[in-house]
Amino acid sequence: MLQILVEALAKTYRVAERAPGLAGAVRGLVRRRWREVHALVDVSFSLEAGELLAFIGPNGAGKSTTVKILSGILRPTSGRVEVGGLVPYEERVKHVARIGVVFGQRSQLWWDLPVLDGFDLLADIYRVAPARYRRRRDELVAMLRLEPLLDQPVRQLSLGQRMRAEFAAALLHDPAILFLDEPTIGLDAPSKLAVREFVRRLNREQGVTVLLTTHDMHDVEALAERVVVIGQGRLLADSPFASLRAGVLAERRLCIDFAGPAPALEMDGVTVRARTDRALELAFNPVDIPTPKLIAAITAKHAVEDIHVDEPAIEEVIARFYDLHDAHEA
Amino acid sequence: MQEICPYLAAFRARFQLMLQYRAAALAGFATQCWWGAIRIMVFAAFYGVHASAAPISLADAVTYVWLGQALLALLPWVADPEIGQAVRTGGVGYDRLRPLDAYGYWFARTLGWMLARALPRAALMALVAGIVLPLVGLGAWAWRPPSGLAAALLFIPAFALMTALAAAILMLANVIVAASLNERGVNAVLTPLVIVFSGSLLPLDFFPDAMRPFLHVQPFAGLVDIPFRIYFADLHGSAALQGLALQAGWTLVLVGLGRLAMERMMRRLEMQGG
Repeated sequence: MLQILVEALAKTYRVAERAPGLAGAVRGLVRRRWREVHALVDVSFSLEAGELLAFIGPNGAGKSTTVKILSGILRPTSGRVEVGGLVPYEERVKHVARIGVVFGQRSQLWWDLPVLDGFDLLADIYRVAPARYRRRRDELVAMLRLEPLLDQPVRQLSLGQRMRAEFAAALLHDPAILFLDEPTIGLDAPSKLAVREFVRRLNREQGVTVLLTTHDMHDVEALAERVVVIGQGRLLADSPFASLRAGVLAERRLCIDFAGPAPALEMDGVTVRARTDRALELAFNPVDIPTPKLIAAITAKHAVEDIHVDEPAIEEVIARFYDLHDAHEA
Repeated sequence: MQEICPYLAAFRARFQLMLQYRAAALAGFATQCWWGAIRIMVFAAFYGVHASAAPISLADAVTYVWLGQALLALLPWVADPEIGQAVRTGGVGYDRLRPLDAYGYWFARTLGWMLARALPRAALMALVAGIVLPLVGLGAWAWRPPSGLAAALLFIPAFALMTALAAAILMLANVIVAASLNERGVNAVLTPLVIVFSGSLLPLDFFPDAMRPFLHVQPFAGLVDIPFRIYFADLHGSAALQGLALQAGWTLVLVGLGRLAMERMMRRLEMQGG
């Protein structure tokens, strides 16, 4: 069943622009110039019920704008959007009762109220029947291990604790669709793992459709079967994660500190990205050369002090997508 | 019940939260006592020279001051700070995610904010100015009860309407704050308007004769002038009912305007960053 349908979605902002400095500021008082910013240009995709889709892309790519339009907060400049058969910004009240949203950088709980009070209020706001609410709340409290936090004011929670509470808050009304906007941002490793594990269970066990934006490739790797890459407001790729992994995400880096001067290394399928006196950074594709084999080959010939494998930063991957899709723009 | 339950929850959340700030309530109370005392001294000086020119008795003027000081936090002279904050931090995005009428949701919260600030201070003020002052022999300067049973009963709807009207005015201010991303401009305009035209600074009957027909029908009169004159039975019988109708009428008009403005603002809403 098709749950989310997006066709030719576009969002354009108008921003005031002025020349720098005092003279520019004075001129701006008299005559204001506007510039159009295209946050989204012709974005189309669809999502089946029960799917888990990850949106990746650098800052300002349009990920959050897409989530905000799909969740009914913003209205698009043009295009067609349907979520569960409703147009989010036209039938906002009906629509938002059926979705849950977590923004990693904001809080929907009441800062000065204990967590449990916040849950009670949200249950009233979403008109959840008391018996259903208690059942759902207890289930989420158990899944997210919230029991010891329930009577603490939200402001006293650590970021990791707060995010767990935020997830429960977004799910008390049992939404069929969950939008997550950078849910792991700023979390430490155990908290990230906990969030990923929870989202996976929610998706696999309870069949909740999830649309997630992130900068963290590990989120994508752990969760998504399908990935949409977005850059400068355009959809650059929409592919199963496996094919992305075999393609542009496959590359790995090998950083080696040698005991002596760095050798001139020549191997098939390996390029030298950077070199200093005693260190090399190599790029290779583990599909062509398995990592253990490469390391073995190098350590057999050279005295090595330290060695580690890296993946390219997501920004770099996306930059490569720009090249691939010729998406360079002013 | 099912329909208003979420709005009650929004109200309750804000009310509960604001009640936590005891120091603010005590500080507000102290300030309002201080100003009340000064204003009463000014009235006393005026009545000492020109009692015959005054439209109300000194005792009524004293009660007018205490009542005004007690309910000062109910006056819509500054926009709800939570709205400005929500707009700046992007919390307004979460407001859009609640399956509620957007205007009703903010209205309920603003109402909670106003009442949680006003009611504890009013109770303290009643205790001090209404009970302690007569006990220590300053009965002439005390806050006196409503002038008769009819006045007391009529003051109940007048108080409810004054609260609703104040919230409706605040909602317009809130929408302007949300649209302009800053509350300073709105507050700078709103504060003097409310203080002068509501009759909070000076009962409207003290203004020049020529201005009074206008002063008595403008919306801000419903905040102080009308309910307080009902309290003194200065407005009684059909005049009191007219006063209530005026309060209700302006409330409806301003709620309507607020809804329109809010809808327009939300359509234009833009969210930058993150």
